[in-house]
Amino acid sequence: MNVVPGPFSNSKYVWPAEGLTRIPDWVYTDPDIYALEVERIFHGRTWNYVALEAEVPNVGDFIRSNVGPTPVVVARGDDGAVHVFENRCVHRAAEFCRELSGTAKEFVCPYHQWTYDLQGNLQGVPFRRGVNGGGGMPADFKTANHGLTKLRVTTHRGVVFATYSEETEPFTDYLGADVLREFEATFDGRKLQVLGHYRHSLPGNWKLYHENLKDPYHATLLHTFLVTFGLMVAGNKSMMLSDPSGRHGVMGSAKSDAANVTDENKKEMRAYKEGMTLAEPRFMDFVPEFDSPWSVTMATIWPNLIVQREMNTLGIRQIVPTGPNEFIMKWTMFGFEGDDAEMTRHRLRQGNLMGPAGFLGLEDNEAIKFVQDGMIRVPGGEHLVALDPKVPTGTSDSLISEAAIRGMYRYWRQEMGL
Amino acid sequence: MSDPRLEALLLRAEIEAFNADYAAALDEQRLSDWVEMFTEDAFYVILSKENHDRGMPVGLIYCENRGMIQDRAFALKKTAMFAPRYMRHMISNLQIVSVAGEEVRARANYITLQVLFDNPVATVHQVGIYLDVFRRVDGALKLAERRCVYDNLLVDNALCLPV
Repeated sequence: MNVVPGPFSNSKYVWPAEGLTRIPDWVYTDPDIYALEVERIFHGRTWNYVALEAEVPNVGDFIRSNVGPTPVVVARGDDGAVHVFENRCVHRAAEFCRELSGTAKEFVCPYHQWTYDLQGNLQGVPFRRGVNGGGGMPADFKTANHGLTKLRVTTHRGVVFATYSEETEPFTDYLGADVLREFEATFDGRKLQVLGHYRHSLPGNWKLYHENLKDPYHATLLHTFLVTFGLMVAGNKSMMLSDPSGRHGVMGSAKSDAANVTDENKKEMRAYKEGMTLAEPRFMDFVPEFDSPWSVTMATIWPNLIVQREMNTLGIRQIVPTGPNEFIMKWTMFGFEGDDAEMTRHRLRQGNLMGPAGFLGLEDNEAIKFVQDGMIRVPGGEHLVALDPKVPTGTSDSLISEAAIRGMYRYWRQEMGL
Repeated sequence: MSDPRLEALLLRAEIEAFNADYAAALDEQRLSDWVEMFTEDAFYVILSKENHDRGMPVGLIYCENRGMIQDRAFALKKTAMFAPRYMRHMISNLQIVSVAGEEVRARANYITLQVLFDNPVATVHQVGIYLDVFRRVDGALKLAERRCVYDNLLVDNALCLPV
């Protein structure tokens, strides 16, 4: 990839001399860095998750979505394909589509009723020729030249992505073979069935969410619940995979019995509590349904998608950054067509683990807030990400590793020219 | 005494007292007392109005019986990590929807206010409606179902305590 130097000659943005084992606070808190991320990353050579095809199954179905912070409409066009265009009228910039989802024949901006077809082409301008020979648009105005800004779209196994760039490589190349394999283990060809959404705002920098899922070290330490019930323990069969570029990652683990935890590992995990039991342990059951050695995988697909396969509770998490210090997370929970009523209920019960109120999820949200609070209140510092020095960046065999975070920043610095 | 207006008033007063006790248990974070307010087979879910209106079942908290409600209370007390906070529940606009045998269907609006210790502002954490089924167990009203349908779709960071 070409490294384009950043626009900053300012000494404010100097990376610490130690290299990738340090991450300076300005990466997470600086508004100019954030603006450059929108331009180079979210609007750059990346495939951004925007929807599941199951959300727009029929011609005219649409949802509101985002590419980075930018609002877009995802619509099933007359041609049967999914189209993605900016939710901004070319006339006076109004964000014209206000419903979260729906079905339409066309999109009409309510301000002056400029109309667009399902592909985002401008169809009609009221009083274009004026009234009684007066007013109207210039004679040379052509609707064909004034469509909504359209993005390039690709779909893979029912998941819809969009990009602003003409240069973004084909999606399968973009993921790389290893991450693609894990992606296809979850999206295994069965038709998806949407079970509902969560939406929440998180007072932290959007990259912290990627890092949290490229940080297997925290899983056994923060998430007492997981550890207590043997869902994940230090010494479990597990992986922290990175793609060759460092931007994507997959954290995986195989469920094991808490009874097998060694005394030495128990001592390190303050969370471990012997003999804690659930009144309803069945919600932690794993019903094997995937061709994968992992009962849990969390895939971070750069720049805005997390694919959660936490045993049988499945979800998309879409990052919508709203500034350096805050982002919105939109979750789309799903199952598969053919799930019987009990399987759907099992997925919903297991959903208690994740989401804004999840046994695990709420802890991650709080931890990310604490990190941002720390940087805002004691500014000008840096993070220490030095675990696992034998693996400078990339895939590591150990969970006590920050190699995937370092790999992500190697890539980020290259894209940002920093 | 069989004046139906008096009976309706008594039932209304009983449910209002129940909701006040419910709010107090949560506000004081007496979660084991909160668990006891449900029947064995109770269904308790917190779901967005967006999901509710579209018939989508996903909830922030999804409990199919009192065992799961108890696990939630247990996990929040013993395992969950979140910043300390105070919550205050306001429950009002009680409507009795129907009475059939031992089951009473009712609804009430709710607001939960959240205070974090380093911020002077109490924020509206949730605003919504309880869609309830009460059942009399050994003379006392218990919740056989409480669907907390919240209007503010965008949850402020995390929902740490039940509503």
